[in-house]
Amino acid sequence: MVVALKRIAFYVGLVAIWQALYASGRWSPMLFPSPGDVWSALLDGFRQGTFPTAIKASLQRVVIGFIISFFLGVLMGTAMARWKSVQETLGSLVLGMQSLPSICWAPLALMWFGLQDTAILLVVVLGSTFSVTEATYAGFRNVPPLYRRAAMVMGATQMQLLRRVLIPAALPSIVTGLKLSWSFAWRSLMAGELIASLGGFGQLLQNFRETFDMPSVVAVMVVIVAIGLLVNAVVFRPLEKSIQRRWGITTDDRQSDYRKSRRPAASIQRQLDIAQ
Amino acid sequence: MSTLGIPAPVRRWRDAVLPQSRALPAERSAPATLRVRSVTKTFHGAGGLVTALDDVSVEVQPGEFVCLVGPSGCGKSTLLNLIAGLDHPSQGQLMLGGQAIERPGADRVVMFQEPALFPWLNVRDNVAFGLTLSGMRRAQRYARAEQYLELVGLGQFGRAWVHELSGGMKGRVALARALVLDPRVLLMDEPFAALDAQTRDRLLLELQRIWLETGKTIVFVTHNVREAAVLANRVLVFSARPGRIKAEIHIDVPRPRELKSPEMLAAANRISAELESEVTISEEQEMATATARNFASHGLLWRL
Ligand SMILES: Nc1ncnc2c1ncn2[C@@H]1O[C@H](COP(=O)(O)OP(=O)(O)O)[C@@H](O)[C@H]1O
Ligand SMILES: [Mg+2]
Repeated sequence: MVVALKRIAFYVGLVAIWQALYASGRWSPMLFPSPGDVWSALLDGFRQGTFPTAIKASLQRVVIGFIISFFLGVLMGTAMARWKSVQETLGSLVLGMQSLPSICWAPLALMWFGLQDTAILLVVVLGSTFSVTEATYAGFRNVPPLYRRAAMVMGATQMQLLRRVLIPAALPSIVTGLKLSWSFAWRSLMAGELIASLGGFGQLLQNFRETFDMPSVVAVMVVIVAIGLLVNAVVFRPLEKSIQRRWGITTDDRQSDYRKSRRPAASIQRQLDIAQ
Repeated sequence: MSTLGIPAPVRRWRDAVLPQSRALPAERSAPATLRVRSVTKTFHGAGGLVTALDDVSVEVQPGEFVCLVGPSGCGKSTLLNLIAGLDHPSQGQLMLGGQAIERPGADRVVMFQEPALFPWLNVRDNVAFGLTLSGMRRAQRYARAEQYLELVGLGQFGRAWVHELSGGMKGRVALARALVLDPRVLLMDEPFAALDAQTRDRLLLELQRIWLETGKTIVFVTHNVREAAVLANRVLVFSARPGRIKAEIHIDVPRPRELKSPEMLAAANRISAELESEVTISEEQEMATATARNFASHGLLWRL
C-alpha cells in the first residue's frame, strides 16, 4: 500500500514537472506537447480505432515470435547442457549474437523476405531466443549434482531423471529467462515495425512523426510501455513468483533474514510443538 | 548373472540408461548378504594416483547395523558409493545376495549428508518419489508414504513444503524417503553430521528405534564415535589413506541403548582408542600431501 502511494506521488510529481516545463514556453508546443495534449491524443487513438488495430497487429506478432523463441531457446539450451561440444561451439555463437542488437538483422531480413511479417518475425526471434537459451543452459547446469545422485540411487532411469529431476530443478531459471525474453521480444518488435511499415505500433510512431503529430507520438510510446508492463505484471511476474515460492526461493527481504529462513514456518512449528 | 560376454561400451550405455533394480518393494526377495571382496579403488587426482581403498573386504549380514568410522579422507564415502553402484571398483567385487553390484538401484538406497529433498515436491511426494519411479499407483504410494512419515514422526507433515522444514525434519523426511523403498541395504553417509548436537542426539535414538522396528540392514558412515557406539552391532575402523579396515569392534550393549550410559561411554572409548592413532597419522599425511601438492604446483609455475 505504502509503495503504491509513493508511486502515485512520484508520477503525479513527474507530470507536474512536465506541465511546468511546457508552461515555461521554452520549447515550441509543436515539439514539446503538454500532458493534456498527450492525454487527448491517447483518447483519440482509442476512439478512432487506430490504437486497438495496432495493439492487435503487434501482439499477434510478438506472441508468435515469443513462442518460436521459447521452443528454439529451450532446445538450444538443453543441447548445450547435454553435450559439451555443443556448448563449446554453439555456446560461443549465442554469446556473440547477444551482443548484436537484433534490429541489425532487419536489412538482411527485408532483403530475404521482402516487406512481410516473416521479416519482422525474424528480428523478434533473433532478439528473444538467446536469453531463453542462456537461461535454460544455466538452469540445467546449476542442478545440484546431489539431486541427480539421490534420484539414481532411488532407481531413476535417464528419462525419469530428466523429467522428474532435471526439468523441475531448472524451471525457475527457465521462467526467469522467459521473462527477460519477453521484454527483448517486445523491444525487437517495436524496432522492427519502425523500419518495416507493416502496421503495428512501430509504424504508427513513424506515421505520426511524418505528420508532425507529437502528442500522438508520445501517446503511442505510453501505450508501448503500458503493454510491456501489463504483460509482465499479468503473466510473467505471477508465474515467476509462484514458482519461486513453491521452490522455496525467497526474494523477499523480510524472509531472507538468515535466522528466520532457517526456522520452520510458524504454523508448522506450532504443529511440531504439539507433535512432540 | 555374468557380465563377461557384454562389450564394455554396451555395458556403459546400459549402466547409464537403466537402474539395476526397479522392482516394487513387495516383489523384491528376502534380505540378502552384502559382500565386499578385496575391493581396491584408485582415483586419478590432481597430485597423481590416489588409493582411496586398498584391498577392503566386508561382509554384512541381513539385519545387521554396521558403522564405518575413520579419519576423514580414508575412503568411507568411496566404499558407500561403490556399494550404491554410483562408482565402480578398480579391483575386487561387490555382491548383494549373490548378484554383482553394477549400477545404482532401489535395493541399495543412500541417505547423503545433505537431505537432498526436492523443493518442487511437497513432503509426501518427496517420500513417494522412489515409488513413483517404480510405477506404483498414486493411492497406493501415498498410503505407503504416509505410513513411513508416521514412522519417522512426521505424520501430519505430508502437505508441508521442504523449505518450511527445519534441518532435523528434513533429515527425517530423507530417512522416510529411503525406507519407503524397503531397500535390502540402507546406506547412510554421515546423515546427521550437519545437524546441531541436540537434534542429532534425538535422531540417533529415533534411528535406533526404527532399526529395531524394521530390522533393516544398515551401513552407516560416521566419524563420531558416540554415534557409532549407540547405533552399531559392529564397528569397522578404517586406517588413514589408503583406506584399509584395521579393526573390528563388536558392541554387545543391549538395546534400546541410551546415549550417556556408562556402557556407551566404555564402547565409545574402545572405538576412540583404535581411531586415535589413525587420526594423528592422517593429519601428518594430509600435511605431507599438501606440501607435495604445493611443490607440484610450484614446479608447474616454474616450467611456465
Ligand atoms: N572423484 C574423486 N576423484 C579423485 N579423488 C577422489 C574422488 N573421490 C574421493 N577421492 C579421494 O579419495 C579419498 C577418500 O575420499 P572419501 O571416500 O570421500 O573419504 P571419507 O568419506 O572417508 O572422508 C580422498 O583422499 C579423496 O580425496
Ligand atoms: Mg565422506
